[in-house]
Amino acid sequence: MELACPIPISDYDRILLAHGGGGKLMHQLIEKMIFNELKNEFLEQTHDGALLPIKGNKVAFTTDSFVVNPLFFPGGNIGDLAINGTVNDLVCCGAKPLYLSLSFIIEEGLLMDDFWKIIQNIKAAALKSGVKIVTGDTKVVEKGKGDGIFINTAGIGELIPDLSINPIHCQTGDVIIINGAIAEHGIAVLSKREGLTFETDIVSDSASLNTMMEAVFEVSNKIHVLRDPTRGGLASTLNEIAQASNTGITLYEKNLPISESVKGACELLGFDPLYVANEGKIVVILPEDAAEKVLETMKEFPEGKGSCIIGKVTALHPGKVHLETVIGSKRMVDMISGEQLPRIC
Amino acid sequence: MKYVDEFRDAQLVRTLIKAITSATSQSWNIMEICGGQTHSIMKYGLLDLLPNNIHLVHGPGCPVCVTPIEFIDRAVHLSQQPNIILASFGDMLRVPGSQSDLLSVKAQGADVRTVLSPLAALELAKQHPDKEIVFFAVGFETTAPAIALSIIQAKKMELNNFSVLVSHVLVPPAMEAILSNPQNKIQGFLAAGHVCTVMGTREYFSIAKKYQIPIVVTGFEPVDILAGILRLLQKLEAKDNVVVNEYKRSVKEDGNLAAQKTLWEVFSPSMQKWRGIGKIPQSGLKLNKPYRKFDAVEKFELQQIMAEESKICIAGEILTGQKRPFDCPAFNKSCTPENPMGAPMVSSEGACAAYIKYFNQ
Repeated sequence: MELACPIPISDYDRILLAHGGGGKLMHQLIEKMIFNELKNEFLEQTHDGALLPIKGNKVAFTTDSFVVNPLFFPGGNIGDLAINGTVNDLVCCGAKPLYLSLSFIIEEGLLMDDFWKIIQNIKAAALKSGVKIVTGDTKVVEKGKGDGIFINTAGIGELIPDLSINPIHCQTGDVIIINGAIAEHGIAVLSKREGLTFETDIVSDSASLNTMMEAVFEVSNKIHVLRDPTRGGLASTLNEIAQASNTGITLYEKNLPISESVKGACELLGFDPLYVANEGKIVVILPEDAAEKVLETMKEFPEGKGSCIIGKVTALHPGKVHLETVIGSKRMVDMISGEQLPRIC
Repeated sequence: MKYVDEFRDAQLVRTLIKAITSATSQSWNIMEICGGQTHSIMKYGLLDLLPNNIHLVHGPGCPVCVTPIEFIDRAVHLSQQPNIILASFGDMLRVPGSQSDLLSVKAQGADVRTVLSPLAALELAKQHPDKEIVFFAVGFETTAPAIALSIIQAKKMELNNFSVLVSHVLVPPAMEAILSNPQNKIQGFLAAGHVCTVMGTREYFSIAKKYQIPIVVTGFEPVDILAGILRLLQKLEAKDNVVVNEYKRSVKEDGNLAAQKTLWEVFSPSMQKWRGIGKIPQSGLKLNKPYRKFDAVEKFELQQIMAEESKICIAGEILTGQKRPFDCPAFNKSCTPENPMGAPMVSSEGACAAYIKYFNQ
C-alpha cells in the first residue's frame, strides 16, 4: 500500500522557511507528517520534552536544534542559546536539568576564533545552569552546505516530585504569568541580520531559567503549565496551550511587558511583538490563589524581575486566545501562519 | 511610546465613540483607503465599538493586494534566472502568482532577498558587481520617492547592474475609479495619512467637488481613525463636501515638496492595471526617458509575460468596497493565509487576512 502525503502536494511541494516558523504551517507539518506517523504514548504528551519512566525514576528527555543567523547577536551567541534553550525545555517539563549532549554541524570555513567564542559561551551557560555536557558529536560539511554552524542538543532532567505540569492541565480560573519583557531576542537578532540593519540597544533575553524555577517549585506545587515562548512568540505558545487544553485564554494588552525600544522597532518593521521570539521567557499558568507567592519568588531573580500577570484562562472561546486591547475592545490573537515579514509602508 | 501611546488612549477612544454615536442620524458607508488603516481597525477591534449604522468599507490601499498577477510572474521568472538577485519588500514574497510565489522559488534555490528599503537593494548592486540586482518596486506614493531616489543614485554611480520592476500605483485615480462605478456605495472617504504626507491634500479638492463627497485625511492609530470618522460624519450630516486634514502632525497641504520633486524627476503617471480591478488611466508610474535603462521589464524583455487571475477570488469587489471578505465563498475555506488564492489574504494590510487574523469567531 502506498501512503499518500497528508499535506496535499498542491499546497506545498517543498519545505518552505515558513514550515519552521513556529506558526500554523509548522504545526500542520509536525502533526500531519511526524506525530501521526511516529505516534506513541510519550510523543502524545506534546510537551517540550518527553516524561519517561526509567526503573522507577521519572526522567524528562528533550532535544532541540539551533540554526540562528547571525551566529553572534547582542546579548549572546548560538552557544549559550543552545544550552539555555535546552535547559528551559526541561524546566518546562517540571524537571531539574542534569545532562546535555551537543552535536555540531560546522560549515567548512567557519573562523576558528568564532568556534572558540561559541564554546566559551557554552561553557559559561552550562556552568551557570549547573548542567554537564556529557556527550557530543562533530561533523564538518562543505562550504555552502551549512550556515556557519548548526547545533543540535539533547537534554535529560530529573522530574521534580509532586509536580504535574502539562499544557492539558490549563484550567478555567487560572492566571497567566510571564517573567518579563517580550520579543527582545527576535528583535535583537533581526537588527543584525543582513539587509535589515537598524540601530537599537535591544539585547537578546537568552537565559537559563532553572535556578529561578527551582525556587518557584519550592514555594508552590500548584503550577499547571510551563512553556517557553520561543519561535512564534507568546501568541503561538498561548494558542498551543488553549488548543491542547480546550480552554480560552484572555490577554490584557495593557499588562503586556514590552520595552519602548522593542515597541519602536516593531512599529517600524510592522511586526507584532506577540509573534516575536523569546529565549529567556517562561509562561507560568497556575490557580489565581497560588499566583502571589510565585510572583514574589520569581521577582527575587534577575531573570524574573519583570514578572507580572498578563492574562487569565476562561471558559469562553475554548481553544482560542483573545486580547483585551488598550482601548478597551477585544480581538482574537490567532496563531501566525508562517513567518512575520517586514511590511512595505 | 511618545506620539503613539497618546493615540491609543482608552478614555479618548470612549469620548470619540460617544461623539460619533450622537453625531450619526442615519447609516453611512465610509471607505478607509489605506490597508494600514484597515489593519488598525481590525487590530484594535474598532468595528465592535462603532455604532451599527456606520459601515466601514475597506479600500484598495494595500500595495501587495493590487499588484497585477503578471508582475508576480515576472518577478518569479527573473528570480529563476542565474546571476539575478531579486530584492523585494517582505510582504511581496508570499503573494501567489499564476504558477508560483517568490518564497517557493526561493526554497528551490532562487536568490530572493528581503530588504527594508530600495537603497538596501542599491547596496547589493554595489556589493555584487558580477550579478544583476532587480528591485521589485511596489507601493503607493509613500514609497515611490525612495524608489526614485535609488534610481537617481544608481544613475549617478553608473550602477548598470541595478534595475527596478515597477508596479507602483497612485491613490487619487483609484478613488475616481471607485466613485465613477455606477454601483458605488461609498459616501465618504478616510484618505491615507502617509500618502498625503508625501503628496499633500490638494489633489483631493477636485475629487470632493466633482463627486460631491467629503474626504478626511487621517492617520493610523485608533484615536486618529476615530477622530477622522467623527469629522467625516459631521461633514456627511452637514452635506459639506470638503477635504479636511485630521492628520496635521504629519500632513501639510503641499505635502513634501522635495519628495515630490524626486518622484516626478524619475517617474510620470501612466495607465496601470490593478489586480482584481483592471486598468485605471494615469494610476501607475512609468520611468521617464533618462531613467528607462533601469526598467527591468525592458532590460529583461518581460513584456510577453502575462497572466490571468483566479476566477474564484473576488479581490476586485473587495478592494472596491462592493463586497466584504465574508461574502467570498472561498474565504477561510479554500483561501486561507496558509494557502492564499488572492493577494488580500496575504498581506497584513489585506482586508481578508486582517479579518481572519483579528475577527472574533
